[in-house]
Amino acid sequence: MTRLWSFLLLLCLAVSAFAIDSESFEDPALRARYEYLTHILRCPKCQGETIAESNAGIAVDLRREVRRMLSEGKSDAEILDFMTARFGDFVLYKPPFSTRTFVLWFAPVMILGGALIIALVVIRKRTQQSFDDPPGSDASATEGNKVDAT
Amino acid sequence: MKWRFAIPAIVFIALCGVFGWMLYRTGAEGYNVSVLQSPLLGKGAPSFKLPRVEAMDQEIDSRDYAGKAYLLNVWATWCVECRHEHPVLLAIARQNIVPIIGLDTKDDLNDAQRWLNALGNPYVATAFDADGRVALDWGVYGAPETFLIGADGKILYKHVGALSMRVWQEQFLPRIQQGSAPVKPVGEGS
Repeated sequence: MTRLWSFLLLLCLAVSAFAIDSESFEDPALRARYEYLTHILRCPKCQGETIAESNAGIAVDLRREVRRMLSEGKSDAEILDFMTARFGDFVLYKPPFSTRTFVLWFAPVMILGGALIIALVVIRKRTQQSFDDPPGSDASATEGNKVDAT
Repeated sequence: MKWRFAIPAIVFIALCGVFGWMLYRTGAEGYNVSVLQSPLLGKGAPSFKLPRVEAMDQEIDSRDYAGKAYLLNVWATWCVECRHEHPVLLAIARQNIVPIIGLDTKDDLNDAQRWLNALGNPYVATAFDADGRVALDWGVYGAPETFLIGADGKILYKHVGALSMRVWQEQFLPRIQQGSAPVKPVGEGS
C-alpha cells in the first residue's frame, strides 16, 4: 500500500517536470530576466497560465519573442510594451494602475473598510446596550432604546 | 426595522439575476469571456510582406490593399474551426463587398495549397506566415480570427473564432457601410 502511495506521489512530481522549456540563456542575468518576464506574462489563449507554464502554441511563440528581444538587448519595459501593444493589459498578470483598473485595485480595501465600519458600529451599539442594560434589568423594557442608542 | 432581514435575500436574488443574465448572453449571443478586446482596434493595421501560398515566388505587400476596406482572415490547416468557417468565407467572398486576404499562419505549405484547391479559395491572396511572426504582430492568439480594416488603414473590428453569416451581417456589414460608401446595396444586412 505504501508503495502504491509513494508511486502516486512520484507521479505528481513528474507533472512539474514538463513545464519549463529547455532553451534559455547561458548568462545568469539574462536567464533571470527571462524567467521573471515569462512568469509575469499571461498566456492569452490558456488564460489561467503564465507563458512559462503553458505549452500552447501562442505561449511558445511569446517565449521565443521574449528570448529574441532579450538577446537583442531590449529592456524589460520595452518587452512588456511589445506584449501589451498586441494583446492588451490582459497579458500582464499584474494589471497596471489606471482609471479602468481603479475598482480592481481598491475594491478589497473598500470592502475591508466597509466591513470594519459596520463591525465598529455594531460593537459600539452592543457595548452601549450592555451599559444601558446592566445584568438583571428587564431587557424587553429597553427594547426601544436600542435603536436610539446610536 | 424588520425589512433589514430581507437584505440578504434581496442580494441573493440580485446575484442570481446577474448570473442568469451572463449565462443567457453566453448562450444566446455567443458572448465569450475568454475573448480579449484587442488593443489594436482603432489603430493602424500592422503592415507585412510575405510570400503567397498560391505562388510562393510572388510577394504580398499589405500596403497594396491600402485605400479601401478589406478583411484579413487568419487561418491554418491545423485549425479545426477554420474548416467550419470556410463555407462562410466563400459565401462572403461571393457577395463581393470587400476583398478577403488570407493569413495562413504556422502551417505546412503543401497542406495549405491542397486545402485551397479542395475546399475553394475565398481569398484574393493568401500570405504564408511560416513562423507566425506576422500573426503575432496582429495580436492573434488563436485561429481563426478575422479583422476588418477600413479604407483609412485602421483596424475597425476583430472577430475571434469562426465567422458566421450572423456575425458578418450584424458586426461587419454595418461597419463597412459606415466606414466607406457601400460598394453595392445589401438587402439582408440588419
